[in-house]
Amino acid sequence: MGLLKYIARRLFFLVFLVIGVSLVVFVISHSVPSDPVLANLSQRNIDNPEMVEAFKAKWGMDKPLYTQYFIYVGNLVQGDLGTSIRTQRPVLDDLQDYFPATIELAIFSIIIAIIFGMLFGIISAIKRNSAMDQLIRGISVLGVSVPSFWLGLMFLLLFYVHFGIAPGPGRISPYLKPPVEVTNLYVIDALLAGNWSLARDALWHLLLPGLVLGSFTMGLITRTTRSSLLEVMSLDFIRTARAKGLTEKMIIMRHALGNALIPVVTVIGIGFGNLLGGMVLVETIFAWPGIGQYAYKAAGNLDFPAIIGVSILISINYVVINLLVDILYGILDPRVRYH
Amino acid sequence: MLLRIMKNNFLFSIGIIVCSLWIVIALVAPLITPYSYLAQDLAHRFQAPSSLHWFGTDSIGRDVFSRVLMGSRISLIAGLATIILASFVGMIYGGIAGYIGGLTDEIMMRISEMVMAFPGIILAMTIAAALGPSLYNTLLAMAIIWWPNYARVMRSMVIANKENEYVEAAKSLGASHFRIFFNEILPNSVGPVLVLATLDFGNAILLFSGLSFLGLGSPPPTPEWGAMVADGVLNFNYWWIGTFPGLAILTMAVGTNFIGDSLRDFLDPRLRKEL
Repeated sequence: MGLLKYIARRLFFLVFLVIGVSLVVFVISHSVPSDPVLANLSQRNIDNPEMVEAFKAKWGMDKPLYTQYFIYVGNLVQGDLGTSIRTQRPVLDDLQDYFPATIELAIFSIIIAIIFGMLFGIISAIKRNSAMDQLIRGISVLGVSVPSFWLGLMFLLLFYVHFGIAPGPGRISPYLKPPVEVTNLYVIDALLAGNWSLARDALWHLLLPGLVLGSFTMGLITRTTRSSLLEVMSLDFIRTARAKGLTEKMIIMRHALGNALIPVVTVIGIGFGNLLGGMVLVETIFAWPGIGQYAYKAAGNLDFPAIIGVSILISINYVVINLLVDILYGILDPRVRYH
Repeated sequence: MLLRIMKNNFLFSIGIIVCSLWIVIALVAPLITPYSYLAQDLAHRFQAPSSLHWFGTDSIGRDVFSRVLMGSRISLIAGLATIILASFVGMIYGGIAGYIGGLTDEIMMRISEMVMAFPGIILAMTIAAALGPSLYNTLLAMAIIWWPNYARVMRSMVIANKENEYVEAAKSLGASHFRIFFNEILPNSVGPVLVLATLDFGNAILLFSGLSFLGLGSPPPTPEWGAMVADGVLNFNYWWIGTFPGLAILTMAVGTNFIGDSLRDFLDPRLRKEL
């Protein structure tokens, strides 16, 4: 019962989150010198007061701020996120188009980050203070220190331009047609359609942006796995296991790893949340048609309905992922009680 | 103590050396740049790295090496300003929440969670785009998204410290809340926040260069590393334009993170013996 109550409470918080996030962007949008009118109308139209009035009336900017906000929330309750000023389409439609590309990339990156991060972390902890440990710690620090936009540029310069072994920007090669829409995750859709070469092409296109995006999270996971495993290895029950004469491999696999995993799960949750936010830079470099690029263009045009839509989407994701992490916590560690 | 740690920890030593080097470069940059960072030379644009131009020249013939050296100043200042501003706000906010407690605490913490859930870079992008791109506005935007972590740490420290006997003693002497908070609790609670802020320095530099890459820093021709990498993306065929400024960001971030990583281990008593 405790768990269900806990989930209900956290989901209830989501409502306030959505209200808060939309309110923040709303306040920013109306307390700043920059003007969406200037950002979206041509110079000739700005000089024409009638055009400006029409633009303002069309987007509801002629009404007072609180009225605008209530209208927005009223629409939001009905699942209407408003219309993007820049693309002239419903924001919800835009999000549905752009979000799958982002999710596909994020999932791919987090898988890479988890596999390599945990592997490196375990090796590093086992061979503590060896040259190998120093090397892996060096790599993990590099991972969290490298600017993703620069790493993306380097990868493209090296593997696409210079060696010509990696595909260019985008989700699939330009001469291929996207698979039939099912999940809108290209790799999965292509597999569902039985189109192996398309699936391979889509996967191949994921590789460079996935590595770039995952590098930061991989560094975090490596670091956390290492320190958490080291900490567990100094506890009494490990000494007991050693005294029983178990091999080092058995001790780590059977006794230490499960206990060391708990903080790692938290970091994976945080990392996944970061990925969604960090998308902006990586998607810009790799011309990835996802939510990050959409947000970047929206911010540049002061397209506030779109910005609010993206912000709500990403913050809901963040909260839901953290909730999943908390639930996983309880499964991994039966001592955890939910309050 | 510094030397003793350095002797036993290779990565920490590298971090100290790299960071000291960048600080020295930032201090003396105008004296050691071979060209002015603004000097355009259209006859020698897109020059590959050579003995004349170590890092080559960019699309309007400016010396990339000189611009990279000068860029160190802005990066260091941006990183420093962000963590100082954000930790200051976080300390006050978290301190008040923890000291008052109850419903106020609950509401204040929910608000800070909201800011944390907000996609940071998008919020910063929106603020910077709305206020107009300038160094000041970008730093302000970064501080706005950065403070909640410090607030949380500060709050937990204050909650722990306000139960101490010396607070009780000050209360019984009739000290005001203001006095208790600033004279008794605050000085005993700031330590962990300052440590966290120090560890965050590299991340602040990374975020700043990311925003600058998106065109949200100072307007050109200010030599900002992030903006220079963006220039390298535009001039894709001339690899040196983007590569060297990016290496500068990387080395500065790696240096601070090497130090931070070792400090973290050192400050964690359970892992301390290995250092």
